[in-house]
Amino acid sequence: MKFLPRKTLIAAATAAVVAGGIAPAQAVDLVFVSWGGAYTASQQKAYHDPFMAANPGIKIINDDSAANGIAKIRAMNETGNVTWALVDAVASAAITLCDEGLIEVIDHDKMLAPAPDGTPASKDFGDLIVSECFIPQIVYSTTFGYRKDLVKTPPTSIADVFDLKKIPGKRSLEKAPIGNLEWALLAEGVPVGDVYDILSEKAGVDRALAKLDTIKDQVVWWTKGAQTPQLLADGEVVIGSTYNGRLFSVIEEEKQPIAMMWDWQVFDLDGWVIPKGAPHRAEVMKYLRFATDTQRLADQAKFISYGPARKSSAPMVGKHASLGIEMGPHMPTAPANAKNTLLFNYEWWADHRDELDEVFNAWLAK
Amino acid sequence: MAAATTSDGALTTADGIPLKASLARAERRNRNRALLLVTPLFAFILVFFLMPIFDMLTRSVDNTVVGSVLVRSVPVLSQWDDSSGELPSEAVFKAMVLDIQDGRETRTIGKVGTRMNYEKSGMTSLFRKSGRRAKQIKEAPYKEALIKLDKKWGDINTWRLLKRESDAQTLTHYLASIDMRFNDSGEVVRQPEEKQIYINLFIRTLKLSALITVLCLVLGYPISYLLATLPVRTSNLLMILVLLPFWTSLLVRTTAWIALLQKQGVINDFLVGVGLIGDDGRLAMIHNAIGTVVAMVHILLPFMVLPLYSVMKTIPPSYVRAARSMGATPWTAFWRVYVPNTVSGIGAGGILVFIIAIGYYITPALVGGVSGTLISNFIAQHISVTLNWGLAAALGSVLLALVLALYILYDKIVGIDNMKMG
Amino acid sequence: MADQSSSDYVRFINVQKSYDGESLVVKNLNLDIARGEFVTMLGPSGSGKTTCLMMLAGFETATHGEIILDGDSINDVAPHHRGIGMVFQSYALFPHMTIFENLAFPLEVRKQSKSEIETRVKKALDMVRMGAFGTRRPAQLSGGQQQRIAVARALVFEPKLVLMDEPLGALDKNLREEMQYEIKHIHNNLEVTVVYVTHDQSEALTMSNRIAVFNDGVIQQLAPPEDLYERPDNAFVAQFIGENNTLIGSVRELNGTACVVELGDGSIINALSVNVGNKGEQSTLSLRPERVTINPEAGSLPNIVDADVKELIYLGDHIRTRVDVCGHDDFIVKMPNSATHASLTPGDTVKVGWLAEDCRALDAPVDRGVT
Repeated sequence: MKFLPRKTLIAAATAAVVAGGIAPAQAVDLVFVSWGGAYTASQQKAYHDPFMAANPGIKIINDDSAANGIAKIRAMNETGNVTWALVDAVASAAITLCDEGLIEVIDHDKMLAPAPDGTPASKDFGDLIVSECFIPQIVYSTTFGYRKDLVKTPPTSIADVFDLKKIPGKRSLEKAPIGNLEWALLAEGVPVGDVYDILSEKAGVDRALAKLDTIKDQVVWWTKGAQTPQLLADGEVVIGSTYNGRLFSVIEEEKQPIAMMWDWQVFDLDGWVIPKGAPHRAEVMKYLRFATDTQRLADQAKFISYGPARKSSAPMVGKHASLGIEMGPHMPTAPANAKNTLLFNYEWWADHRDELDEVFNAWLAK
Repeated sequence: MAAATTSDGALTTADGIPLKASLARAERRNRNRALLLVTPLFAFILVFFLMPIFDMLTRSVDNTVVGSVLVRSVPVLSQWDDSSGELPSEAVFKAMVLDIQDGRETRTIGKVGTRMNYEKSGMTSLFRKSGRRAKQIKEAPYKEALIKLDKKWGDINTWRLLKRESDAQTLTHYLASIDMRFNDSGEVVRQPEEKQIYINLFIRTLKLSALITVLCLVLGYPISYLLATLPVRTSNLLMILVLLPFWTSLLVRTTAWIALLQKQGVINDFLVGVGLIGDDGRLAMIHNAIGTVVAMVHILLPFMVLPLYSVMKTIPPSYVRAARSMGATPWTAFWRVYVPNTVSGIGAGGILVFIIAIGYYITPALVGGVSGTLISNFIAQHISVTLNWGLAAALGSVLLALVLALYILYDKIVGIDNMKMG
Repeated sequence: MADQSSSDYVRFINVQKSYDGESLVVKNLNLDIARGEFVTMLGPSGSGKTTCLMMLAGFETATHGEIILDGDSINDVAPHHRGIGMVFQSYALFPHMTIFENLAFPLEVRKQSKSEIETRVKKALDMVRMGAFGTRRPAQLSGGQQQRIAVARALVFEPKLVLMDEPLGALDKNLREEMQYEIKHIHNNLEVTVVYVTHDQSEALTMSNRIAVFNDGVIQQLAPPEDLYERPDNAFVAQFIGENNTLIGSVRELNGTACVVELGDGSIINALSVNVGNKGEQSTLSLRPERVTINPEAGSLPNIVDADVKELIYLGDHIRTRVDVCGHDDFIVKMPNSATHASLTPGDTVKVGWLAEDCRALDAPVDRGVT
């Protein structure tokens, strides 16, 4: 190469920088934070790979630290050095982060693609937009799996979880009040619409804890989603709650003698949030428009048994990419599974989480 | 030669400079050089140790969020007499409405709600709801409008709480960390029984850490003795076995413990197999305090063995031989001559294990179940899940104070300078 | 004192010791020590002397053979039942105890009364002139002081036998000599039996009634100091004790106590036959430097040979002269520093001569194996 005059070089460099600012054709690394494992893999196949194929200049780097997402976003915000472009978060985390002003407000209709029939995004997602900072991605549920070979009669209702006569043996529940208190009341026959009103009173919390007391010494408390499948596989517990996707893989992929019990599964949401001050806004917006459209959300269900958050995606859910089984019946939203479902009252939990965490932990320690 | 004496008797060098001054000058250079050598470490400790601790102490009392968001309301609210039994004046309500409207714009009003919710459930939704709707309130009377928006604004206790927690510092987190709280009228009272958790957790943490330390000592002492007395080749092999936990990933270790300790695990199978326990009497050894103790002893054993080993290595075999030759039985020689010489190692190892155990949270979270949960698990939870960093900092500060107190106690009883790492 | 023979107090009978089952560190040791005797085990490191001491103390077990103490076999007696006092090379004072507590320790484990302990510790401290140091800790004492305490501690419970394992090894020269006399005095006053291990021959010569010279797991010679120096039994002892000139040759004639040896260069030497084989075999001639005369009158001595002066070292009372004799250029002559002696310079050729009785014909050279 011949020596170029210095001025030309500088001009060229400046041009490149300016061009980079306008055209995202320049190489850009986006750090996306998610949960790792099978979940990140499903996002990679359904969203990241096709997006990167269409946009050769953008590289998506996976960071598996979503479990510490809230704390890290706050820490990044305090130091003013936000490196994460997009973060996967559960709904309650999104609400907290939004309250704290740590994530961006989303204009769903403007930023996201409408459904194929033209329904605007906010209608397509509907109630699932539980926070103005939250872009729903999947509906997952916390439900029960049990050992087919270790129970005499298969459990059919939430009441069976609390019935030591019908289902003797250890059971695993999440080490948190959220979900368990609702189940305790539902098992007592409380109508779903009254659950949060009753829990708002101290007597209601006492009533739920008294119900949990009846099985307390038979409960193994879990803190990570992977624990219940492991406990079930080891025969440490005969029934336990966990995320439905985890149960799907232990049943269908690992062929363990485990079955699902869907009664009063608790719906929860997982989706994208943008940390305030996140880098590469333009590329991230382009990605979000692509990756949250109807087809892409339906595609993710090929790789993991979580339901797409758009109403319009439901009919498009097909077969599992490698197992070849129809995924529809494994969706928590499938009619056969969704006879009795509960969606968390996020607003209520935002108010009561601190207090009930204390009450619950004190109860545990007793 | 070079030393002479001045009239007042002080020594001087040959050229008449007082000896002391001359010595000081000669020493200064060495001292400066030494200082230069420790500067990087000093800076490191300052930045990565002292400053975080200071930051933690600050956070545990920090309460600036209320004052910085409710900029108008806090000053006027401070003039309100909260014992009057009457709601604050219209001016306060007006300031509050404007603050909420601004806070909504800047997305900061939620922080106040979160902060206040630590004191009283329901405040998160109060501020969130008010934030959403406050822009409808355009003119006086602000009082009625705000109360109409949410009737909690008409509750005098809401305002008392706001007034109490509007200072830039608060003791709330410290009170919470020792199971106390402010009641509605601002007095310090104990938490109701169903919310008392932290004191018991501190006690349990200290107890389990002490138990872990004692077990590490009981298991580590003979191993260290062997390491120090066996021929080098054998002791190296043994040392590798001792250090193995360091080189194994936590997940592998956890899986191994689960496989060993669970109800259907190796140990229970063995006990059932030899008929020691019945098939329905399988022991619960994991997901409880036993699991925590077993796993932590396994992890922390090297921290006990290494200081003990390095101290024992320096004890010549002639000490015990001398004692034996003087008529001491093997036990007397061990107890009266060998053990006292290892006290420094026991102290170092004990303190190391105890302090690490007190702050360990990964292992208890994985295998500790409910009864094996330690205070650090709660600190971690408040840091990463509930985001109540103030409470986490307060709990951390109490833990730090406890450790320092124990350290001072150790110094009083054994003496810190008796501690030897090697 | 070699003839002081009360009943044999300590006896090693055919004692062997092996650590690895392949080689012997101590080979068939037989040694009798009389009551009240001061016997030194002298030898280079690795010669087996310390192993013998440790077997006697009970810290090593004999692989074979028997050790008798005061008429009883002690092979199976634990160290703390043997009642043997011991002084270690590193003193082995307990650092966590005061001097008083150190000395009280052997009395305490013997369950003696408090007042008894106090008087005996005081007596022992006075004996080593350390009476004022009872409250100090070992680390606060100098090496010599620690040594005294170690000796006092080994004696305070009045054992009949005291073992000392190179106790003066860590002291400087002056202190070492002072302590040698002190230990010697204590030995004389208390009439204890002492078995002493050292690799320092002058220490051994100064202190001992008898010295056992060890090499390669075997006692090379057991004799009083003067015998060891004047009449070494073999080449190793001759070389190990004191300064010695060595000439190597083969035996030409054997005639009772006299013999004739031919050196490598053909010189013929008349010597005293001490430890030689048959005619024609190799022999080491041992000759002390002070027994060599420079420029003797012709015919006045049976051995007179030529010598080239190589080096002169002035040492005050005498002059060390290194000469080349019969092809050995490390031949040393001690020349008294007197007016009668002609001053030599390197390069001179002189005559040197010596008596046949002073020249001991011993076994073959050491490095070809003693055993």
